[in-house]
Amino acid sequence: MPKYTLFVNGQSMTVEADADTPLLWVLRDNLNLVGTKFGCGVAQCGACTVHMNDVAMRSCSLPVSAVGQNKIVTIEALSAKGDHPLQKAWEELDVAQCGYCQAGQIMAAAALLKKIPNPTDKDIDDNISNICRCGTQVRIRKAIHVAAKKQVK
Amino acid sequence: MKQELTRRNFLRVSAITGGGMMLSLSFLNNTANAETVADTAFAPNIYIKIGTDGSILILAPNPEIGQGVKTSLPMIVAEELCVDWKKVQVELAPLQAGFGRQTAGGSGSVRGRFTDLRKAGATAREMLVAAAAQTWNVPVAECVAEDGMVLHKSSGKKLAYGDLAAKAATLEVPKNPTLKESKDFKYIGTRVKDVDAHKIVTGQPLYGIDTRKEGMLYAMVARPPAYGKTLVSVDDTAALKVNGVKQVVKLKNSVAVLATSTWAAKKGREVLVIQWEAKEKLENSTEHFAMFKEMIDKGTNPSRNDGDWEAAKKQASKTIEAVFELPTLSHGQMEPLNFYADVREDKVELFGPTQVPDSVRKQVAEQLKIAEDKISISTPRQGGGFGRKLMTDNGVEAALISAAAKCPVQVQWTREDDMQNDFYRPAEMYRYKAALSADKLLAWHQSGVGIGRGIRGDSYVAGAIENYKAEGQALKSNTPTGFWRAPGANTLAFVAESFMDEVCTELKVDPVAYRLQLFEQAKQKPVGKLDYNPDKYKSVVELVAKMSNWGTKTPGVFRGFATWFSFNTYVAQVVDIKLEKGKPKIVKVYCAVNCGRVINLSGAENQIQGAVVDGICHAMFPKVTFVNGAVVEKNFYSYNMLKIKDAPLDVAVQFVPSEEAPTGLGEPALPPIAAALSSAIFAATGKRIRKMPFVEQMT
Repeated sequence: MPKYTLFVNGQSMTVEADADTPLLWVLRDNLNLVGTKFGCGVAQCGACTVHMNDVAMRSCSLPVSAVGQNKIVTIEALSAKGDHPLQKAWEELDVAQCGYCQAGQIMAAAALLKKIPNPTDKDIDDNISNICRCGTQVRIRKAIHVAAKKQVK
Repeated sequence: MKQELTRRNFLRVSAITGGGMMLSLSFLNNTANAETVADTAFAPNIYIKIGTDGSILILAPNPEIGQGVKTSLPMIVAEELCVDWKKVQVELAPLQAGFGRQTAGGSGSVRGRFTDLRKAGATAREMLVAAAAQTWNVPVAECVAEDGMVLHKSSGKKLAYGDLAAKAATLEVPKNPTLKESKDFKYIGTRVKDVDAHKIVTGQPLYGIDTRKEGMLYAMVARPPAYGKTLVSVDDTAALKVNGVKQVVKLKNSVAVLATSTWAAKKGREVLVIQWEAKEKLENSTEHFAMFKEMIDKGTNPSRNDGDWEAAKKQASKTIEAVFELPTLSHGQMEPLNFYADVREDKVELFGPTQVPDSVRKQVAEQLKIAEDKISISTPRQGGGFGRKLMTDNGVEAALISAAAKCPVQVQWTREDDMQNDFYRPAEMYRYKAALSADKLLAWHQSGVGIGRGIRGDSYVAGAIENYKAEGQALKSNTPTGFWRAPGANTLAFVAESFMDEVCTELKVDPVAYRLQLFEQAKQKPVGKLDYNPDKYKSVVELVAKMSNWGTKTPGVFRGFATWFSFNTYVAQVVDIKLEKGKPKIVKVYCAVNCGRVINLSGAENQIQGAVVDGICHAMFPKVTFVNGAVVEKNFYSYNMLKIKDAPLDVAVQFVPSEEAPTGLGEPALPPIAAALSSAIFAATGKRIRKMPFVEQMT
């Protein structure tokens, strides 16, 4: 099996995996970074969202061989102490129900805030397309606005 | 089985619920910080452990599927125990005698446990207070419990629970502990965050899919590609050559590939050469609906028949009729099914997502012919349930694979597996007829048919009008059906309330005022059996009218209203929409709820908001279509789910203040929303939508 040296969460990590293995499964099965979730495998639901060079990326559809030296960040390293403004807002507003999709939602929102620090409702509509069957979208929207305000402070 | 809790068996009980088991749970779940009460000094009942160091562990007895019971159930215990919630540790309980009904379903966890959990907390509190009183040699009545301490008011002495635990453990267990008065509640009725909130937002391992254990192989299973097809033969030569594939195991009607990674298992499965044979009819959704129509036209014996429909129809000045169609739906919970099993000669360890761990254990025991007491099972936090995990197939299958492969396995389903191997919300068709005079609904006739089950006759129109007739029929099919959030109610509320809106339009009456009038009739002069409380129905209708300023008009905003009763809870909703390029955009939803006492205000509001959005999602977007027994919509690219752009900007929720025992909460806000939305769309466009998904009707 080929070896790949990836740059994940600020560290170089070498993994052995078939070239077509999605980054999602390398993160989960090889690196034991299980915060990134599997939901559909076809880049539709966003549960597997990570950052590649600060841009939201659906890791279920990104082969490990295509990652190269691009900088990957997962939910585990979004912040050092779990205190990113979005993480704090998510806790404050008690957004989660089952919680399964929320890591992906937060990673998608974090990439949005990097691009647009104070997004409008339309910006949120245009940029966040993750699925949540629990129906937490109302609180997700509020939490993104709350986090944007926290960031400014 | 009820456990007799006396001084003698304290030690035994605390050993059973003790640290060893907690450690193994945490290990399975790969939790970095194993949370345990290291040195349990006091375990007055199965729910509570207090350590000598003052640490307090409360076990949450029911599976957590996103309905919030890992937070709300321990809150009830903590309330009576009088502890500082912030210092309480919470764990999900394993399946174990003494915990009662350990099921997540029927919106039943809180309503079934409220009193027992209060007693559990109060028992421990009274024993700790008694221990303090003895220590100080003062009357019990002079001591109070507060935030994990007992205080002697007049002297100002205080002792922490941890210091009292050893002594409390030697005291008699009170049989009838005094419960707090509700005015003294500190947590019940307040906003408390989910106990796992921080772990969730930091991506810590919490779910079945995160299970990692020594020696474990990952498995993927090839199951029949269509209902009606059966496994004939398999050639696994190519699969066994795939890097990482270790074993291929043939089960009765499926083939499992075991490998060192999920991806390898999936690649191995892809190259299995399997012969499937159609042994039964391969069914089509179009045929289901054609059969529905035939069956409704033919009719059947009514399940309820008040008054005389035929006679009333003759007196009517007008009869209106509407036919509604509801598609098959998948559960689409975000965590695809999975399960961990380690089957050994003399013991079985099971861990994974299920709403019914007791049923999984029972069925595994039967299939493996092993005694139930040799099987341990516990559940992780679960990525949604919605009724899918009331079925036991994922757990039983994992056990069979582990038994055949003789190694621990984590069976992982793909989304495509979930879509093709579900127990679906059945497709249904309803025909409604109403006989009207110039100003009155004289008679109501509903006739419904669905795959697998018929319809019920308990919508509120029954009991409120003289002539009411309901017929229900079931179409046999080999496409499996099961429970789906608010079973029965999720479709019945849409069709009955949509039709009621049509009746209101015909009668030229205000839909809110007319419902109130019907409830008053049901109260004053009920016809036949009344399955609901008209006053409670009125309480939510009146509240939502007030919340939404019903009767006022905002230019460009169109409103719809609906109300429904399920799981002992009453819900009324108003939906405000705008039209954007001819398409409805939901601006706001108002929702009034009467569910008895609210335990966790934040969690309760979240459940209501979530059920509203979930109901909008499934009214608007997805459907499952069977063609030759296979599901056409194989993944979320064609099984369409709501995105944040489709969700209301706000869902305002108010609870009718109540001192009554809690009723269901996870499901009751879903059923009425589709009818409220379709009525708002009618108000905006003049078009009645009688078929889901709505998007297909709005092109």
